[in-house]
Amino acid sequence: MHARQPLSKHILRLLQWLVPALVLALLAACGEQPWNSPYPPGQAGKNILYSSFGERPNHLDPAQSYSSNEVVFTGQIYEPPLQYHFLERPYRLVPLTATGMPKPWYLDAEGNRLADDADAKDIAVSVYDIEIRKGILYQPHPALAKDAQGHYLYHHLDAEALEDIDSLADFPRSGTRELVAADYVYQIKRLAYPTLHSPIFGLMSDYILGLRDYAATLREAYEERAARQSGPVLLRLDDYPLEGVEVLDRYRYRIRIRGKYPQFLYWLAMPFFSPVPWEADAFYTQPGMKEKNITLDWYPLGTGPYMLTVNNPNRQMVLQRNPNFHGERYPSEGEPGDAAAGYLDDAGRELPMIDTVIYSLEKEAIPYWNKFLQGYYDSSGVNSDSFDQAVQIGSAGDISLTPQLQKKGIRLNTAVSASIFYTGFNMLDPVVGGYSKRARLLRRAISIAMDYEEYISIFANGRGIPAQGPLPPGIFGYVGGRAGIDPYVYDWTPQGPRRKPISEARRLLAEAGYPDGRDLESGKPLVLYLDTTGGGPDDSARLNWIRKQFAKLDIQLQIRNTDYNRFQDKMLKGTAQIFQWGWNADYPDPENFLFLLYGRNGKVEHQGENAANYANPEFDRLFERMSNMDNGPERQRVIDRMVEILRRDAPWVFGFFPKQFVLYHGWYHNAKPNLMANNTLKYRRIDPLLREQKRREWNRPILWPLGLLALLLVVAILPAVIAYRRRENRRIRTEAG
Amino acid sequence: MFAYVVRRALYAIPILIGVNLITFVLFFVVNTPDDMARMHLGMKRVTPEAVQKWKAERGYDKPLLYNAEASGAGMLTDTIFFDKSVRLFAFDFGASDSGRDIGADIGQRMWPSLAIAVPVLLLGLLVYISFAMLLAFFRGSYLDLSGVVLCVVLMSISGLFYIIGGQYLFSKLLHLVPVSGYEPGWLAWRFVLLPVAIGVFAGIGSSSRWYRSIFLEEINRDYVRTARAKGLPETRLLFRHVLKNALVPILTGVVVVLPTLFMGNLILESFFGIPGLGSYTIEAIQNQDFAIVRAMVFLGSVLYILGLLLTDISYTLVDPRIRLS
Repeated sequence: MHARQPLSKHILRLLQWLVPALVLALLAACGEQPWNSPYPPGQAGKNILYSSFGERPNHLDPAQSYSSNEVVFTGQIYEPPLQYHFLERPYRLVPLTATGMPKPWYLDAEGNRLADDADAKDIAVSVYDIEIRKGILYQPHPALAKDAQGHYLYHHLDAEALEDIDSLADFPRSGTRELVAADYVYQIKRLAYPTLHSPIFGLMSDYILGLRDYAATLREAYEERAARQSGPVLLRLDDYPLEGVEVLDRYRYRIRIRGKYPQFLYWLAMPFFSPVPWEADAFYTQPGMKEKNITLDWYPLGTGPYMLTVNNPNRQMVLQRNPNFHGERYPSEGEPGDAAAGYLDDAGRELPMIDTVIYSLEKEAIPYWNKFLQGYYDSSGVNSDSFDQAVQIGSAGDISLTPQLQKKGIRLNTAVSASIFYTGFNMLDPVVGGYSKRARLLRRAISIAMDYEEYISIFANGRGIPAQGPLPPGIFGYVGGRAGIDPYVYDWTPQGPRRKPISEARRLLAEAGYPDGRDLESGKPLVLYLDTTGGGPDDSARLNWIRKQFAKLDIQLQIRNTDYNRFQDKMLKGTAQIFQWGWNADYPDPENFLFLLYGRNGKVEHQGENAANYANPEFDRLFERMSNMDNGPERQRVIDRMVEILRRDAPWVFGFFPKQFVLYHGWYHNAKPNLMANNTLKYRRIDPLLREQKRREWNRPILWPLGLLALLLVVAILPAVIAYRRRENRRIRTEAG
Repeated sequence: MFAYVVRRALYAIPILIGVNLITFVLFFVVNTPDDMARMHLGMKRVTPEAVQKWKAERGYDKPLLYNAEASGAGMLTDTIFFDKSVRLFAFDFGASDSGRDIGADIGQRMWPSLAIAVPVLLLGLLVYISFAMLLAFFRGSYLDLSGVVLCVVLMSISGLFYIIGGQYLFSKLLHLVPVSGYEPGWLAWRFVLLPVAIGVFAGIGSSSRWYRSIFLEEINRDYVRTARAKGLPETRLLFRHVLKNALVPILTGVVVVLPTLFMGNLILESFFGIPGLGSYTIEAIQNQDFAIVRAMVFLGSVLYILGLLLTDISYTLVDPRIRLS
């Protein structure tokens, strides 16, 4: 008869098999790579860059994508005619697919050609003729696949044909064709397409001739077609001409814009003006495609150095080298210091230099940071959680990496962003707004009291520089040093600008009619209201700090916290009094900052980006003049005057320009920050062998604590086993007795 | 039993309508269609025309619950609520507000959620019941007392601590498993090992205490005393009789969660980069994507109702005295 075995023996036997099996499985699965590697063994030593995305991009259609987490993809896939020089500063536009930089020519209201130096007020139309390079091919894509007879293979798919298709990779065949000028024209027309929401449609319809009417025409045609047919509607845009855009020949197209708008060239370096082949829309608009999430918004089709081969926004997005890429070489010239920094080591090399880029979904900052330190991500930003681990600030304010990171060969790059964070006054408000001396003095007093040096130190870990005006360094018009300080808020000292003492602010406040924070007429305390977003525990310190700044002047500040949507709603209605906001530049031109205070962009009246609703006739006049000027001493003089007007009127407390901190591993090369270009991936280079070596070195599995853990478990279980045996024996003895 | 199931299915309809209505009201108390449009259209250069167009395309330009301008039934049917709710009852989730097909996304994201939730449930049950049995076996002894104290300590610690601590210890210090990430198929086991272990460990305190109390209640019953008096070994008594009779309350807790397993674990998925349905719902709330929120809440409600029904049915299997009528 088979004897019953105690339970503990069963468990021990199970563990006897389970533990070695688990260890063997780990070894087998990991191969020779570190156990904690998040990547499959086959990727070890490959020329792959690893990055992440925290939020899936909403749009990858170049007509719609605008956010930074979208252009990080579209910038590598689509190629507008122009791009920014990777190394040179100040930022300079150079041709990308264009054969040269387009030079506009001008027409007056009667259609007569004007001289190149014609006065802006005489220019009715600016004409840009753009010629693109021959022989550029699109990435392989099923939308371009043809059969032997030259018919498109996948433009007439039915439900049966789509049955086994779940992603773009499921189409067995792909094709390509040459890029032609008509593709650029097609994309500009798409900006007005009824089912697309191009964020620049509003702006461009002010400039591109006929674009606004074109949208209305398309909408009408679309609705008519939609009423007649079931299923997706596709308008053939070739059947609908657009006044401001035309194809001149196979490789040349023309854009006509209203008036003079030199900044238009910057827009030509953005994905909005990239080519889209008509075949893409014909392919993606077929019935059943959208239901499978196969759309141009998810599977882009471009000519750039990379193509999106995996788009699973729920897990991973993969960019792979485009085998049809037309070729481009690493620049041979840069700014002084680039050669010493190694940024010219790859001069003349064929681009792109990285084969694959894998973006993994990473929602939380802590796992990302740990994986970066383990070598599984190639670069990382520095957030407040990891700041102390990454960066140390010396007594003289010098910034360096911590010894731990230096030992790993990690490098730090910093750059002042083309952005500004500011505190704005609603100029429509009866207390803080308006252009009276009283209101102006009140705003200036607050400007002095808000100690942004302290703010940057406390809340941004020193990552920022206090703003003396609306223009950040690196943008034409910015003036540094003594000449560039805001004389209403700062004094110049041998050590640099120093904020005026609070006594000066109190003096201004008294002069404004609020001595000691009380209204001289009514005797009541001055109560102001600040609208801001974010009310979590992390924000309470920031809000307390703001209250403290106003308290220096004995002003009572009521903070009205709200979510971003409500905040925007208040701004649109003009019900906020004081607010905090920011701006991230689209292009490196002073116009893109100063337009935030241009009267015709007033938020309340014109729904523009001028949230302060500031409207100064002289400023507006100068803005209109400055916008059309080329960079030079004259433009600088106009800008200086505009900045002076702003400093005097103080519609903003200028706040600060944030500084970007990025960490790179030693195997990551050509990491020069370029805050304007969005197609810099092609210039980057990694040393995959060094990375592999470091990963192994840094991630050797440590097993002894597991043994210790098992021992502790045994020690914890042992009393139970002893007690069990004792109890069983006692029972037997009792039974025997 | 069939009549019972049909009756319960019919009861489910008003419950689902109610849940749908509450979700709708709660969502739109916090967000307006304008807010949603702005959120989807981005932060820069959003014009009022673009907001209006976005709303019109997705049917958010209609009144929320009551259309005073319509006539007859249209006053109730020509509304956002009606438009967005009716198709749900046919399990047609439609497209998210960003244009992706929700059904396809759910189909894709349920597997990673299951890869975490199923092992956590099964291993958890094994560990919790075994531990609770052990405590019940040594009831009243110092071992029992130590075990209960340990349980209280474990249940007093936040789940987030286990996650961050586990990542720090096993991934960062010992380099044994990846910090986060996911691979489909069999390769997934490397990524689910740590979250599953943490998921199980985090539940030891509360679950073992609960199971222990169930076992103790059962151990004090007459039939156990009788069996013990007849000389049945304690282990056999516990595993054969006590466990079997304690199954009814255990099933109450387990079967009801079975259908909802694939809804995922919000925090675990988020910290371990598991692309499951838990993080899908959280993302939708953050992005103010009402289409996904409503679909996930509806699905969760249906599955919960299904879970309750399964629980009732399972009672009849475990305890022959129970009859559904």
